[in-house]
Amino acid sequence: MIDFINAIVVLLNFVIIPGLTYGSQLALGALGVTFVYAILRFANFAHGELMSFGAMITILFTWFFQSQNIGLGILPTALLALPFGILATIVLGLLSDKFVFKYYRTQKSVPVVLAMVSIGVMFVVNAIIRIIVGTEAIKFSDGQKFIMKAKQFKVMTGLNEGLALKSSQVITILITIALLTFTFWFLQKTKTGKSMRAFSDNEDLALLSGINPDRVVFITWLIVGTLACVAGTLYGLDKSYKPIIYLNLVLPIFASAIVGGIGSPFGAVVGGYVIAFSEIMVTYAYKKFFKYLLPENLEPSSLVQLLSTDYKFAVSFTILVIVLLIRPSGIFRGKVL
Amino acid sequence: MRFDKYEWIAISIMVFLFILVGFIQGWSVSLVILNMCIISAIMTMGVNISWGYAGVINFGVMGFLAMGGLAAVLVSYPPVKEAWHVGGSGLGISFVLLIALVTAVYFITKLIEKKSHKYWLNGSVIFFGLIIIRYFFLNATDRIEEVDPALAGFLGGANLPIIFSWVVGGFFAGGVAFVIGKVALGLRSDYLAIVTLGISEIVVSVLKHEEWLSRGVKNVIGLKRPVPYEINLQVSDWFITMVTWFNSSKLNQIIDPDQKQQILNNLIIDSSSLFVKLNYAILFFTVMIVIYYFANKAQISPWGRMMRAIRDNEVSANAMGKDIVKQHLIIFVIGAAIVGVAGAMLVTLDGLFTPSGYRPLRFTFIIWIMVIVGGSGNNLGAIFGGFVIWFSWIEVAPITTFLINLFTSGLDSQNAIRLHLLDSVPYFRYLLMGMVLLLILRYRPKGIIPEKIRHS
Repeated sequence: MIDFINAIVVLLNFVIIPGLTYGSQLALGALGVTFVYAILRFANFAHGELMSFGAMITILFTWFFQSQNIGLGILPTALLALPFGILATIVLGLLSDKFVFKYYRTQKSVPVVLAMVSIGVMFVVNAIIRIIVGTEAIKFSDGQKFIMKAKQFKVMTGLNEGLALKSSQVITILITIALLTFTFWFLQKTKTGKSMRAFSDNEDLALLSGINPDRVVFITWLIVGTLACVAGTLYGLDKSYKPIIYLNLVLPIFASAIVGGIGSPFGAVVGGYVIAFSEIMVTYAYKKFFKYLLPENLEPSSLVQLLSTDYKFAVSFTILVIVLLIRPSGIFRGKVL
Repeated sequence: MRFDKYEWIAISIMVFLFILVGFIQGWSVSLVILNMCIISAIMTMGVNISWGYAGVINFGVMGFLAMGGLAAVLVSYPPVKEAWHVGGSGLGISFVLLIALVTAVYFITKLIEKKSHKYWLNGSVIFFGLIIIRYFFLNATDRIEEVDPALAGFLGGANLPIIFSWVVGGFFAGGVAFVIGKVALGLRSDYLAIVTLGISEIVVSVLKHEEWLSRGVKNVIGLKRPVPYEINLQVSDWFITMVTWFNSSKLNQIIDPDQKQQILNNLIIDSSSLFVKLNYAILFFTVMIVIYYFANKAQISPWGRMMRAIRDNEVSANAMGKDIVKQHLIIFVIGAAIVGVAGAMLVTLDGLFTPSGYRPLRFTFIIWIMVIVGGSGNNLGAIFGGFVIWFSWIEVAPITTFLINLFTSGLDSQNAIRLHLLDSVPYFRYLLMGMVLLLILRYRPKGIIPEKIRHS
């Protein structure tokens, strides 16, 4: 029995909690991509840079607060700086819309052209970020690092295996739950949310029934900016902030959005967790887990790892390709918000 | 090939820029940029053929370049005999097993009719088959990687002249493109962009981590060259005679024989490196012209006309009896193969293969900017885009440094803002690329040299 609990703890510590954290970050990112896709109708390659930009502004404000000795005690100061980051990200989104995307929307350009345009935006934002903070990794989490250390857990329960709980992980999961609840409540219950869904479903019909398109676009960027900044900051808080990493994050995010069914917000969230868990589960070495579960003579000699961790990144794409082959519209049939 | 006014202007701008750089920064710099420009132009033509002719998007440029690079290694590197000895049989067994697995899956899909049975049977066959293959495969690769890991640790290549790899690289990339195209070409264009981008990441990560094949992140250095080495040139008589003859007027003015010899030696060292670069440039230029010639021929042929028809209106082309899926696949493979040729040339020029150097920003998105800026659907436009964008990619740094110094000249030389800006000079090139792309897409969406509309 003890062995069984030990095995579960191993799995919790190395697979489930990291998976939930990473999945939350992906889900928030994928939700942002989905919003742009469903309402503005293009694949936004600049989303990763939007996340990075939000995280950067948050970091700058964190530094400012730290220099003024303003903090939140055991919580990271970044939480205090987050609203400013969100504001800046929204402004960036709105500016990019006003000066770049709006023209192509009124021209009714094909989605590919808009995707190309978003690559241009990606380059510009990328350059701005690099010019401001360079390319070095930045660690900006402060406050209490662990809620529960592995050792404490061992002493507390008397088990062989420890369970470490980083505060950044708990914060990520809590904020994600709050934000997702709010977003879905907004979409389903408020009048604005309903008008956005109508707009995404059928633009002409929505315009006929008196929905103001500019307002819908404005609200979309509010939501996208918030989601992007929070996702970027949480990712930076959990790992460490590195401007180049966000470009690589765009691909798993797209994969999540498509796997879940692009255009469907619920699908995006589920897709995020699917991608995160498969990345971690396929590359995790289960040796320790099986050591507890199997009798001694059956113990595995190898690592029991499906793929080496080097291929972490490739996993999300393999899943994407498989999903597109078997069920091209994604797990939850997408297209409408 | 008759050029119109714009095209002549474009060509003369390119020539003028290189001569300018030659006089300001030296001919060596100019040739280095020129070589990369030509390679970029070939990559751009590859993308342009699939995107400009047929509207098939290809964001997998990075992966195809890497396949070309792999070809350069596998063709030119001497085989590591010991590695073949310890691991060859294991690899052979796993390869045979893989083929057996694929045939088994093929026949199961063909013969069994009930769908649920088919899925279960196929799933279990693939699962157990892969476990068995893994056993042999990992055993073999572990042994191969243990062979002299500091120098070899991989199978090596075929020990042929590296210039063959340019063709082989095309076939490698085309083969990968065939598989990708079979899987993904039915998708809508922006999905296809994301999927090809992702698959190219998979290709690169395989090259990075399969050390038995490509040495992975340990890189392969010291590849052969298709051109002479500087050291050999510096001692060969004909080369010394040639340098003396070229600089005879300058040398004749110097009377002191010691000093004359000194200057001649310096000249020989300089011109040997220049000569090597010039050789590369001539080789690359030949390839570029050949590809350009055939690309143009293909574009004005009935086949090219069909491609345009498919691009402009898929439904009506289909109604005319054109097999769209097949033609899309063909053009995707051709475009990728040309990119693969460029990839092999890139590795040939560098003389080393570094899988971790393949990054999407540098090798996919920049190439796309070249295509868009140059003019999709026009081969000269593609070449022009490749030249101009690569040229500015390199020359932005000195120009930015100059501009920053100019604008901050009022500030103190130790001013924090000024120092920070000077530190971030390399990042201004991204800013410029983004701005150029946005401006072109807004004000000249067909590119600088647009496609010619032919009414024939």
